[in-house]
Amino acid sequence: MTAVDPAGRPVIPVADRADRADRERQVLDRIDRARRRRPRVREERITMSHGAGGKATRTLVEAVFLEAFRNPLLEPLEDAAELSLPGVRTALTTDSYVVSPLFFPGGDIGDLAVNGTVNDLAVAGATPLYLSAGFILEEGFPVADLVRVTESMRDAAARAGVRVVTGDTKVVQRGKADGCYVNTAGVGLISRDVVLGVARARPGDAIIVSGPIGDHGITIMLARGELDIEADVCSDTAPLNGLVARLLDAVPDVRAMRDATRGGVATILNEIADAAEAGVLAHEDAIPVRTEVRGACELLGIDPMYVACEGRLVAVVPGEAADRAVAALRADPLGADAAVIGHVTDGPPGIVQLKTAFGGTRIVDLLVGDPLPRIC
Amino acid sequence: MRFVDEYRDADQARALAAKIAALCEPGRQYKLMEVCGGHTHTIYKHGLEDYLPESITLVHGPGCPVCVIPMGRVDDAMHLAARPDVIMTSFGDMMRVPGSQGSFFDAKASGTDIRMVYSPLDSLKIARQNPDRQVVFMAIGFETTAPSTAMTMLRAVAEGLTNFSVFCNHVTIVPAIKAILDSPDLRLDGFIGPGHVSTVIGCRPYEFIARDYGKPVVVAGFEPLDILQSIYMLMLQLSAGRCEVENQYSRVVPWDGNAVALRAIGETMELRPYFEWRGLGFISHSALRVRDSFAAMDAERLFSVPGVRVADPKACQCGEVLKGVRKPWECKVFGTACTPETPIGTCMVSPEGACAAYYNYGRVERHRVPEAAVAGSAVAGSAVGGDR
Repeated sequence: MTAVDPAGRPVIPVADRADRADRERQVLDRIDRARRRRPRVREERITMSHGAGGKATRTLVEAVFLEAFRNPLLEPLEDAAELSLPGVRTALTTDSYVVSPLFFPGGDIGDLAVNGTVNDLAVAGATPLYLSAGFILEEGFPVADLVRVTESMRDAAARAGVRVVTGDTKVVQRGKADGCYVNTAGVGLISRDVVLGVARARPGDAIIVSGPIGDHGITIMLARGELDIEADVCSDTAPLNGLVARLLDAVPDVRAMRDATRGGVATILNEIADAAEAGVLAHEDAIPVRTEVRGACELLGIDPMYVACEGRLVAVVPGEAADRAVAALRADPLGADAAVIGHVTDGPPGIVQLKTAFGGTRIVDLLVGDPLPRIC
Repeated sequence: MRFVDEYRDADQARALAAKIAALCEPGRQYKLMEVCGGHTHTIYKHGLEDYLPESITLVHGPGCPVCVIPMGRVDDAMHLAARPDVIMTSFGDMMRVPGSQGSFFDAKASGTDIRMVYSPLDSLKIARQNPDRQVVFMAIGFETTAPSTAMTMLRAVAEGLTNFSVFCNHVTIVPAIKAILDSPDLRLDGFIGPGHVSTVIGCRPYEFIARDYGKPVVVAGFEPLDILQSIYMLMLQLSAGRCEVENQYSRVVPWDGNAVALRAIGETMELRPYFEWRGLGFISHSALRVRDSFAAMDAERLFSVPGVRVADPKACQCGEVLKGVRKPWECKVFGTACTPETPIGTCMVSPEGACAAYYNYGRVERHRVPEAAVAGSAVAGSAVGGDR
């Protein structure tokens, strides 16, 4: 006989509900297995999502580039590759810059191109030394703008202590590019005795960001002038090699560092959970976000966790070294707001969970699609 | 941050959780539907279900504008956009909705001129910049977005723009709620009423739900405390045997709605005799079309559209998810064939879609707060989200 409640409706027996929970668990496990399948590009053409730093980007990189070039140096997909030249440990990286607009509050494509590559080397534990600079210019691009870009590259290089030692220029017909694109490659020396990599993260490790997140992405979005929102924010573009040196001085056994660019901090947390085959638990309350950035994100319906930074690093350090690491970062103006935002856990592997400020729990997955067009 | 943080306060949430739990009759199960996709998004994004006892189940309703667009309409839009003389403009979350030949994003990558806009007014800017082409705005949404489409049409008239038109897919919320209430396979105890829609239509249109169907309705705001308080208000009604329309979101929603916005809609649009909803089928008087007096701005009349009805993919169970009959994870293709990257159904596309919200935020063991455990809830503490 079916039990009924006072209003005459059947009451679902408890056993059924437990069974439901079981079935839900099974579905979640099945999804988990599906997510671990080898990535495959399903699209017939490149879409904007392939450049957004989220799932589509990762699929493209793993299914097309890694598949073609697969080798042990490329495979970890860290920000820079470590090369073994006789006697020295060397890091090599490259990055292209297509930001629109070219000039924005806090910087321009020039210092972005230098800082971005410097940072990729720095978070690989290398001291950045030499950069190349390749320019793709559109017919009709003002020379004055090119000079302005070049001068800010010069200044950024001086600030980071690197030299631009080789370069290339190509000009394409009007309409075949958008003003000016820059590519930089960088070489650095790994003189410290460090071994870094997100796969080294293990349960109990602390995850730290070096400052407020999302400044760059929001600045670019507002600078595009399409939103009629004004906010007092500027890009955080900055060289992080000094900050990294401080951190490694204080905590030589840092497990991994990442430069939080496209895809934001959320993407890096997912990379950590994936590579380390561990869980990650972050606390929304602990993540530094400027009020202006939060406000803009609320209005636009985007999550600051996914918004790009250009002068912030995420570090994984052993749990007991967390305080030392934060103190070392805070001693530098670029790391003044550094904070522990979460931990590596023995929770479900590959899954990033967030304790929300509201007190609930949710997943933080890789981004699908592209909320912000061309930000770096 | 003001006007945000005070509505996300964890202490207040725990206090409300205790009050809600206390109102649950032992052994009774409660099914409450949040009609609006914005609420679904909030519930998952903030992990709100951690504050509810196991005996309360939230059922996700059809109020997600992108989710209810049938495939045939996407194909029609694609047909319009493919014309060389047309620039199609669309809200961002429409861009990934699959038609039978792919999404707007796929079409864009193949060279179709589809541009993402944040406001329909942006379309007018594009129209001014491209006087030799017709700019067609893909208008979607409930009464929430219809006024901005209407205002854009009125502005275009005032400016004398002749190269702007609207492909109108606006729908109305009340017929959809009625369809769910008339659906035989779902038994609900009450409704968390849509907030944004109600800023336009007010609370009166829901009175039939209480009067004719005997279900309480509480119109709710979009912050997590708003929703929790609305659930509390519903539980108060249920425990007292009351059945009324109440307004939790009174800081924004006037009881009688927004007369100016309603007038703008009425001036430019009129009810269609019927319209197809994804998963729900044809519902009479459930959508808007451009009025005859604005025929020059009606893309459906300016250009011929195929108007072919396209059946949903066989595997897709969006209809049952939209009606709340099936949980997202109970769909056969959920999370494996159908994911946010490769959506089969619309519910997996929009961040407001129940499937996307659950996939992106909800695939997690529940950590129910102690306040939510009461006599009457079967298992206290952490469960594997058995009642989602």
